[in-house]
Amino acid sequence: MPLVRSPSVSRAGFVRLCLLPLAVVAAAFFVLPMARIVVVGASGETGPAAYLAILTEPRYRATLINTVLLATATTAATLAIATIAGLFLQRHRFPGRAVLVAMLTFPLAFPGVVVGFMIILLAGRQGLIGDITSRLIGEKLVLAYSMAGLFLGYLYFSIPRVILTIMAAVEKLDPALEEAARALGAGPWAVHRDVILPALGPAFVASGAIAFATAMGAFGTAFTLATNIDVLPMVIYTEFTLSANIAMAAALSVGLGLVAWAILTLARSVSGGTVAAAG
Amino acid sequence: MRARLIFAAQLLFTLLVAAFLIVPAVLSMLAGVTANYFRGIASGLTLQWVVQVWELYAETIARSFLVAGMTLVVVLAVGVPAAYALNVRGGRLSRMIEEIITLPLAIPGLAIALALLLTYGGFSDFRRSWLFIVAGHVVFTLPFMVRSVMAVLAAIDVKTLDEGAASLGAPPWRRFRDVIVPNARPGIVAGALTVVTLSLGEFNLTWMLHTPLTKTLPVGLADSYASMRLEVASAYTLVFFVMIIPLLTAMQLAADRAGGARSKGKRP
Repeated sequence: MPLVRSPSVSRAGFVRLCLLPLAVVAAAFFVLPMARIVVVGASGETGPAAYLAILTEPRYRATLINTVLLATATTAATLAIATIAGLFLQRHRFPGRAVLVAMLTFPLAFPGVVVGFMIILLAGRQGLIGDITSRLIGEKLVLAYSMAGLFLGYLYFSIPRVILTIMAAVEKLDPALEEAARALGAGPWAVHRDVILPALGPAFVASGAIAFATAMGAFGTAFTLATNIDVLPMVIYTEFTLSANIAMAAALSVGLGLVAWAILTLARSVSGGTVAAAG
Repeated sequence: MRARLIFAAQLLFTLLVAAFLIVPAVLSMLAGVTANYFRGIASGLTLQWVVQVWELYAETIARSFLVAGMTLVVVLAVGVPAAYALNVRGGRLSRMIEEIITLPLAIPGLAIALALLLTYGGFSDFRRSWLFIVAGHVVFTLPFMVRSVMAVLAAIDVKTLDEGAASLGAPPWRRFRDVIVPNARPGIVAGALTVVTLSLGEFNLTWMLHTPLTKTLPVGLADSYASMRLEVASAYTLVFFVMIIPLLTAMQLAADRAGGARSKGKRP
């Protein structure tokens, strides 16, 4: 035992000390609760088989399919819209462009509940779309309180995020590749199909995964629009609060968490970046 | 001619997308200050709904700031030292720890809230207190702070700085306070703004964790959407916009600056 502790030893001790608060907080409020929910999920009448109910029970399976279809549709539509707008905004400079970019990104900080309210104002019973359609075709079109409303809500939520990612990716494209393609006689469509879109692949995967995971797991928008929309987060919520079927709610939550996590991890390994859901 | 046409079509498309995002927000702001939304602006402008929101929901607004402030304190105390330690340690264990604390970004808030309820629901004093909401917000926002600070630390040469200070005889905690923290400041500021913005708007966890006595602003918003007239709900949303939009702007500026510090550091 040396008389004077070398600085490297005391530094190592200090570094460990720095990790202590994190270890305590993460263990108490994340790792332990997660372990608990996995245990509770297997503690219902059916035991661990509850984890299979999401696939075997027709009601839950239908909900799962609904949720996946909604998330897929949202992701595809968001990517298409954001790519057209993002490419356009990054490729052209015109007066008012900065304002347009600001308008497209300012809903970034809106939580899901507020997005739900935006959709009610747009397509609800007193909404703008209903107003316009009742004047034009004499019939009030109300989309908000259904799957269509949820689709619009997730579109609203995801477009700003995806546009930012796409714009950043377009900025990093190598213009020499496009010039080369053009010099070789490729028309604008061919350049887009063979050069630009493939180069944006990683950005599509990363931002598409976020849009997908958000649409799978977000709760606020659906909660604001209607509590009887048949998507997984709403079913978990009603199982827990109305049916007091706590074990089933826990098992479904674990399933939902696993799906969201798997998609984001897969996307991260493909795109190499860091990917996070929001909601 | 064809290029002009394509340009116009793309511009029109982008304008439509912007309208989809902006029009409802503008409608909601207008509805919040309109005497009667169904009769339109012609019914006159008023602040009565904002006043009513203040009377009904001032408490939720104050509580949201309290929760966000406390969350920030905990996340700073936990996240900044952790980011430093994870940066200097490196290795597989550090990557694993980082992986674990980043998980709450992938797992839906509903599941995390349920897990917290199942674990701590029996501790009724804690369950009933606003600190229960803070616990959820800490789990959810911590990864943003850790990653923001780690990104800045990764760009500066922490090791050389640390060893330089050590050679001058500074003990580790002083080196951390006087050398590491000031150098990591852009990351800490960007992280802090993100934490506060996210905490103020958090609903997925909070809806499950709150009690009738610990309602926050987003919980109150959901409440007003379900049970109040449209003007009141809109005025409440307007109050939220006024709070959150400056924060969002500051957050983006800080993130740009932290990114700038990062790329500056990367230059040889």
